[in-house]
Amino acid sequence: MRKIGIFVCHCGLNIAGTIDVQRVVEEIKKYPGVAFAADYKYMCSDPGQALIRQAIADYGLDGIVVAACSPAMHEVTFRKAARAAGVNPYLTEIANIREQISWVHQTQPEEATRKAIETIATIVEKVRYDEALVPFSLPVVKRALVIGGGIAGMTTALHIADAGYPVVLVEREAQLGGKMRQLSGLYLNFDAAPDLLETKIAAVMQHPNIQVLTNAEVVELGGYVGNFTVKISSRFQVPGYKLQVPGSEIAQSGINPQPETLQPETLQPETPQPETFTFDIGAIVVATGFDLLPKSELGEYGGGRPPDVIDGLQFERMLAEGEIRRPSDGAVPKEVVWVQCAGSRDPELHMPYCSKICCMYVAKQAMAYKQRVPDGQAYVFYIDIRSQGKGYEEFVQRAMTEYDVLYLRGKVARVFEEDGRVVVYGVDTLSGKAVEVQADLVVLATAVVPSAGARDLAQRLRVSTDEYGFFSEAHPKLRPVESLTAGIFLAGAAQFPKDIPETVAQASGAAAKVLGLFAQREMVQEPTIAFVDEELCAGCGLCVAACPYEARVMHPWKPIAVVQTALCQGCGACVVACPNKASSLRNLSTEQLLTMMEPVL
Amino acid sequence: MRVKLSAMRVRNDLVRRIEELSGQDLLACYQCGKCSAGCPAAFAMDLLPSQVIRLVQLGLVEEVLNAKTPWFCAACQTCYARCPKGVDLSRIMEAIREIALQERGDYLVIEEIPAEELAEFPQLAFIGGFRKYTA
Repeated sequence: MRKIGIFVCHCGLNIAGTIDVQRVVEEIKKYPGVAFAADYKYMCSDPGQALIRQAIADYGLDGIVVAACSPAMHEVTFRKAARAAGVNPYLTEIANIREQISWVHQTQPEEATRKAIETIATIVEKVRYDEALVPFSLPVVKRALVIGGGIAGMTTALHIADAGYPVVLVEREAQLGGKMRQLSGLYLNFDAAPDLLETKIAAVMQHPNIQVLTNAEVVELGGYVGNFTVKISSRFQVPGYKLQVPGSEIAQSGINPQPETLQPETLQPETPQPETFTFDIGAIVVATGFDLLPKSELGEYGGGRPPDVIDGLQFERMLAEGEIRRPSDGAVPKEVVWVQCAGSRDPELHMPYCSKICCMYVAKQAMAYKQRVPDGQAYVFYIDIRSQGKGYEEFVQRAMTEYDVLYLRGKVARVFEEDGRVVVYGVDTLSGKAVEVQADLVVLATAVVPSAGARDLAQRLRVSTDEYGFFSEAHPKLRPVESLTAGIFLAGAAQFPKDIPETVAQASGAAAKVLGLFAQREMVQEPTIAFVDEELCAGCGLCVAACPYEARVMHPWKPIAVVQTALCQGCGACVVACPNKASSLRNLSTEQLLTMMEPVL
Repeated sequence: MRVKLSAMRVRNDLVRRIEELSGQDLLACYQCGKCSAGCPAAFAMDLLPSQVIRLVQLGLVEEVLNAKTPWFCAACQTCYARCPKGVDLSRIMEAIREIALQERGDYLVIEEIPAEELAEFPQLAFIGGFRKYTA
């Protein structure tokens, strides 16, 4: 018979303000199997944990129930404390009496107290039948895959490679550089994007630890964190280079060769046929960047038809090439209108979110225009100016004061051609005037959208995207560079629109997460996963279809299903699917669940 | 009625004169509205002080010249003391008053006043405040 100790936390007044903690302790002491019960102001504090360790020693407890906050908060804390006193961590469970009881029943203290007692009793029943489990350990392949060769991907790849680990960098286009390749001078200092980029590209191409595959795409992903198997299809090699692909042999041989430096003497003609390489990969960084919403989506702004209505990237090309000439007749435009939020912040028709980069690059473009055409007039239509960054607000104000850019507060309603000019119907809500500009050139700051194919890639990688197709982070505040899939990290505009400084910061964060993973000799996996009772399994295969993590496969020759332990997340879908009750979860068996029901019935 | 904006209008002669007379950078104003929020005379004005500067930014000086607001400005400089961009709006108001008088004529010719009498005069903005009743 297991000797179970109950530890009821007050959480200051969070719990004790509603629940009669003393009564809970008195009542639960009488419950069968409970050898000890106590309460304390803050059980997660050092004295609280000491209380648990002392009680384990004094009463020989071999099962612990901590009635406190959500297990998401302190399950790890209390399991550590119990383990320090010699109790297997998987024999320590949390009864959540804060989020699920005291916080939601503040006006019913009597019922809350009763519910707390019953809830603790159910967890006592769980602990009674819990098994002492040991976590699995798995090896880690210390090679990273970076998908996307823009500034985000290159930054991540360089950090990981500099730390001494091999990196495979996959780029869909023929050249590295991504969207930054199309840019001119960057805010805040008008640094020339091509110069910054060439330095990065050279560093990547010459790095002995980085293998670059251009014109390449990830076609298949198998495995799990630390042990992914990735198939990459490369249509042809980087012009000028025939790359060594040592990783592709590793997949078959299992030997870790040293990554090789790119040798110019290994130049070979481009091969038009796609080649598929297989790599063993420990961690993946997704850095697939963004696209702009096509102008054709914006019917009210000409639907992409007027030649002198261009988007921000087209204007960047003009700036990069030096001369500002409008596409229709090559004339230097004297009146130029920028339209911000073209398709952004528009939940009815287009994208509801703020594309974030436009306020800044529009200010930069208007300034760059005035530098080249000093007698020109620049107009910017905006709904809000969002200049959040070091020196950003000052930069926008320079556009207004030093470059005389006229900012007009209002969303443009219509853009159309008339007599060789582009007419803009807008408004200035600050003065309450509807305004009209006969422009020579109109630049639409079109919405930033996920890179084409991002959703398909997300499916192949089994990572989630948001409703727009941006890759979802694991937690918006605390885990912003991780995806919800272990071992897959995010960098740059693939996750959400961001500018170069932010992209580089996130890319560095992603590299740090990868290096953190690679610093481990082996990985620890939770043992609370599914298992199959071979005696009961009929080999029907329903669980294989039900498993969302591809963790269930049929045995190679026996008519039974087997669990791929490293892939199993313990969700329980197989348990529900199994008609024979052969599938079960460790420490959450069907029998356990049924006994847990009894105290509340 | 849609107002047609153009380089010609935005930087017209009257705008340049207001800038010159006031010594203020009109485009420095980012229309936060703090001047209007704190102006002790705003209750009597037909245009808010911030609207005056906005109309000038757009080159719509005629509207400002026809408004009562510049004449209700007492040049107390509460707006200037509080302006986050350091725009001295009372100087802009004075410039507008001066232009209004120059454009539409004034019964008083300052040059004809003897220097010793002129020295006894209160400051120009103060006088300007009274001239709204005579101009």
